[in-house]
Amino acid sequence: MIQVRGLSKLYGKKVVVDQVSIDIVPGTITSFIGPNGAGKSTLLSMVSRLMDADTGEVLLDKKNIKKIKSGELSKKVSILKQSNQMNVRLTVKELVGFGRFPYSKGRLNDQDHAKVDEALTYMDLHDLEDRYLDELSGGQRQRAFIAMVIAQDTDTILLDEPLNNLDMKHSVQIMKILRRLVDELGKTVVIVLHDINFASVYSDRIVALKDGKVIKDGLTNDIIQSTALKEIYDMDIHVQQLNNCRICVYFNSALQGE
Amino acid sequence: MKIRILIIGLVVLSICSLFVGVSSITPMDLIDYQSEETQIFLISRLPRLVAIILAGAGMSIAGLIMQSLSRNKFVSPTTAGTLDATRLGILVSMLLFANASMLEKMTVAFVFALAGTLLFMQILNRIKFKDAIFIPLVGLMFGNILSSITTFFAYKADVIQNMSAWLQGDFSMMMKGRYELLYISIPVLIIAYLFANRFTVAGMGEDFSKNLGIHYRRIVNFGLILVALITVTVVLTVGMIPFLGLIIPNIVSIFKGDHLEKTLPHTALLGAIFLLLCDMLGRVLIYPYEIPISLMVGVIGSGIFLYLLFRRRAYA
Repeated sequence: MIQVRGLSKLYGKKVVVDQVSIDIVPGTITSFIGPNGAGKSTLLSMVSRLMDADTGEVLLDKKNIKKIKSGELSKKVSILKQSNQMNVRLTVKELVGFGRFPYSKGRLNDQDHAKVDEALTYMDLHDLEDRYLDELSGGQRQRAFIAMVIAQDTDTILLDEPLNNLDMKHSVQIMKILRRLVDELGKTVVIVLHDINFASVYSDRIVALKDGKVIKDGLTNDIIQSTALKEIYDMDIHVQQLNNCRICVYFNSALQGE
Repeated sequence: MKIRILIIGLVVLSICSLFVGVSSITPMDLIDYQSEETQIFLISRLPRLVAIILAGAGMSIAGLIMQSLSRNKFVSPTTAGTLDATRLGILVSMLLFANASMLEKMTVAFVFALAGTLLFMQILNRIKFKDAIFIPLVGLMFGNILSSITTFFAYKADVIQNMSAWLQGDFSMMMKGRYELLYISIPVLIIAYLFANRFTVAGMGEDFSKNLGIHYRRIVNFGLILVALITVTVVLTVGMIPFLGLIIPNIVSIFKGDHLEKTLPHTALLGAIFLLLCDMLGRVLIYPYEIPISLMVGVIGSGIFLYLLFRRRAYA
């Protein structure tokens, strides 16, 4: 279980993340939402040790992650950042194989191969496994990166805007897979999302940030409410119940209530 | 690009190389151990072959590691100032120690090569405009600055003649007793192979490396130490061989990708084959004279480099 305690980050004098304390509930999908510049990605980077915090600490099973050896930590928490502009020419299978690096240091054994195969199946990538990453479309490449993280087989998976540059079909596909990771394999997923409706439909919990502070933290249904959303986004957002899903309508506030 | 074909190619070329030269030697001559031919073979031909293979493989691997760590296909000892820093180091060692021994030269040159490469990597980190072609241009400029400093002080100290020996790569002077330093590159290459997977991960970027539990900075610095070691041994024994570390890894990458553990053997073999070919051409073209290897590699290599630049749109 990951606990964040009093985490802050300053860029120069500007406070980007301000005294954030949250608990990541195991076995759930938690979405970080909020306007641009709210500090969502920065917070995720600090939780995942990619970035050092200026104050506060991140605890993994009550232990400060800075005290955990990076080799050990990489078996427990994985992170995928939003910009993966890599110019390394690897095949999909080779990339996914590197997900096993924390275990095998690159020399894959039978168990590693099985995990790689499993991850490829999970992401439906077997047809593409021998293709080079630079020959793939954005969506296919994103799926390959997620497969790598699945092969890494950590309890907690952190994803920074994984739906960026993806069309609707692939976005839905990826969210469904994340749901399955949680429901079938008991993983914990933390995800930074821009599209509030994906957060509403697929996540169990939502943490809303604004100006570096947590302003809402709770169950999805409690946060996808017009009043709460108004507070987060400073705009009128109408919430509609549609086949058990709560959908936010925000495209034109003049149309609301009709 | 099958590894088997590369090995066969290298063996065939090696045998050819051993029997190409000013004095004709046939395999039959070697039966008589006392003959003049056997002596030439052992003192000159064999060391030359070993030196070519080690230098070719070494420089190619140095380039491969640099390209992976800098995440830029056009960075190599030639385009990152490593070669020029090495020369500056050799000059300093000559000025500091009147009759510098090989070991002194090597140590000082190594320090300079490493410092020069690290400095280039620092510049690289600070450049916001990360265009694939812009970076090596900066590297070339950086190298030229170092080179001018070297020339200036060499001129002042009247050792220009001496320095120019390291300007041009040349295998014609490779003889027993003059190439053994190159053996250092054998353990270095083995270490590079053992760390290949870490270099590949580092090539995916700092965030990726951290996610997979790798100390990014440590691996980058370690890789650059290997690069500096290889470069120094080659420059000290053979001289500068431009472009080799640039074109060989790029060609292999096109066919085999960037999984270093898989491409390292290919890169080493192809580098040795390419250098061997250039050397033989240089020996045959104006027979019985010789075209220096750096000139041969420079001409052929720059042509291939241009070709790689133009096809960049499709790749890299």
